[in-house]
Amino acid sequence: MEFIIQNFFNLGIMQQAFPFLLRGFGMTLLLVVLVIPIGCMGGLTVALAGQAKSPVIRWATVVYVDFFRAFPPLVLLIFLFAGLPFAGIDLPNIASVAIAFLLNTSAYYGEVFRAGLESVGKGQTEAARSTGLSSLQTTAYVILPQAVRNVLPDLVSNTLEVAKLTSLASVVALPELLYSADMARSVTFNATPIVMAAGFYLVLLWPMVRLLSRLEHRAMASR
Amino acid sequence: MNPEITQWDRFLDSFFKLEVMAKYLPSIIDGFLLTCHLALLVVVTGLTLGLFLAIVRAYEFWLTSWLIAVFADVMRALPPLVFILLLYFGLPAVGISMSGYVVTWLTLALVLAAFSEEIFRAGILATPKGQWEAARSTGLNFGRTLAYVIMPQAIRMTVPPLTNRTIAITKNTALGTVVGVGEILNAATTAQSFSGNASPLVMGALGYLILFVPVVIFGRWVETRFAWQKQ
Amino acid sequence: MAGKPLLDVRALYKSFGKLEVLKGVDLAVAEKELVFVIGPSGSGKSTLLRCCNRLEEPSDGAIYVDGEEITAKLADLNAIRRGIGMVFQSFNLYPHMTAEGNVMLALRKVLKQPKAEARERALAALERVGLSDKADSYPNQLSGGQQQRVAIARALALEPKMVLFDEPTSALDPELVGSVLEVMRSLREAGMTMLVVSHEMRFARDAADRVVFMDGGNIVEQGPPEAIFGNPQHPRTRDFVSQIAR
Repeated sequence: MEFIIQNFFNLGIMQQAFPFLLRGFGMTLLLVVLVIPIGCMGGLTVALAGQAKSPVIRWATVVYVDFFRAFPPLVLLIFLFAGLPFAGIDLPNIASVAIAFLLNTSAYYGEVFRAGLESVGKGQTEAARSTGLSSLQTTAYVILPQAVRNVLPDLVSNTLEVAKLTSLASVVALPELLYSADMARSVTFNATPIVMAAGFYLVLLWPMVRLLSRLEHRAMASR
Repeated sequence: MNPEITQWDRFLDSFFKLEVMAKYLPSIIDGFLLTCHLALLVVVTGLTLGLFLAIVRAYEFWLTSWLIAVFADVMRALPPLVFILLLYFGLPAVGISMSGYVVTWLTLALVLAAFSEEIFRAGILATPKGQWEAARSTGLNFGRTLAYVIMPQAIRMTVPPLTNRTIAITKNTALGTVVGVGEILNAATTAQSFSGNASPLVMGALGYLILFVPVVIFGRWVETRFAWQKQ
Repeated sequence: MAGKPLLDVRALYKSFGKLEVLKGVDLAVAEKELVFVIGPSGSGKSTLLRCCNRLEEPSDGAIYVDGEEITAKLADLNAIRRGIGMVFQSFNLYPHMTAEGNVMLALRKVLKQPKAEARERALAALERVGLSDKADSYPNQLSGGQQQRVAIARALALEPKMVLFDEPTSALDPELVGSVLEVMRSLREAGMTMLVVSHEMRFARDAADRVVFMDGGNIVEQGPPEAIFGNPQHPRTRDFVSQIAR
């Protein structure tokens, strides 16, 4: 027992590593508040483009979405990180992380928003247009609010995934929470910092998991 | 000399160099097979465990229900990479050493079990009470009602979310590269650093597309095929 | 019919793929007139109505509202639709907004009215349909009849030149139909121009100025309600009228 505490819950190491991990946690939060809004906006753009009149644009969005859903995000990240320098493009780490996550999450958010837009009946558009609202106004004031409400569980679920996704940035040496923890582990030869990182993630994400469960049960029960 | 052509040549040379591609093709193929293998193992064990946990939870014995709920929440809240690093670097200290392959499999299977347990459970709860009552009124016991009446309906309801979740988690096999599993991404980055050329990365990317584009399209098909009947 | 028509439909054709739904329909509706369109399902009456504010795009022909060709390529659709109210069979209220919110949306966003003014006008419109006490209710808190009256208020608030009714009572339980017809009757008394597709023959008989019978994408016969219901000339009209009278 003592052995386990020594290796996983070592108080001395916790104390030492805490400020370091806290800084990493700050970077993780920064990534979260950076990636989620741009991913959402990107996804919304993709979903709206998916309803375009032109079949070419519609097809392009399907290809975009399926392409980036088929690509594991880590592969995309490493491809940008290790591949782009060969093309003469040198991006700062945080930029390749942001681009990789934008491409990946906008595809997923795009699917969620698409399902949402499709879930709103055609009569809503007709009613709104019959009062003279433009197509943009109809989308903004009538369709989108209902769409978001209809797919709220999927939106929360996707947002949870994006928050967890930020941990991949550690692989390209971006000093977020997991990277800091792994550094601390390799310096101390002790797994306690990783346990701490897990604790940080739980504090951040457990409330979201609970919210998600509640929403999902409500959604399934109402079907 | 036209400078644009040299640019283009340089691009081809960096990303599509045939000699490099030919040389590392076998190792990428090995990686591809390993990814398939690992993915299949994760799907089968993860879904089986998830279904088992959902059934256990349906019996509503407080201790097992509570344990399963905590397990599901933790595994859904933690980024899988955290769990992989914890198992890979933490367990040897207490005398348990697992290969990167086993760690990756175990992590992803547990994550899939957690998510699928929640989805199966939601399906079980969403099956109308009248179905339970009807089955029990004909003398079926709890287990049989669950097996013959509830689960067939619940599973049908859960097919679309389950498919999407399974695909997403399967793609995480790429995380194995962090703990040295020689799957596609690992084979590609290793080859890239040996050759000093980006062509193996392109091959790796193609490998993933060959593997997962059909899966994603299959997921789309499932979604329309099993779409919720509205009202 | 007095004066120039407010709505003038000329040689209107509409096809969905190979299916020809309207085969050259001519119809004029004068100001303050209440015209009822009846006919078997599939006769094209709803499509005709929906063409009048271009929710359906006509394949050929022209429609004029108040002298302006709304089927013109460069016509300002949103401006046109603002002037033509529409009431749907399935109400189509916005479920995420209160009754008042439903009525106010176009006032705020299309007419760009300030909030206070829009609210005042919305309340006045709800008052006209007898629902000023339900301004803060959401659609799912209202009965079908109340929902349809809110939908009528939503159309009226924009002070349209005319209102199109697409089977406004078909989705209602029988006991709720009366309240909607009552509102329509009061509109008629206030001089609103109305084009109504409906199966409410009793209402047509005592409120309509003119009844138009459509079948197979054409207008077969039209005239005052007494004539159409009492002494139909065309055999198909006679068939239809005798069937619904039963």
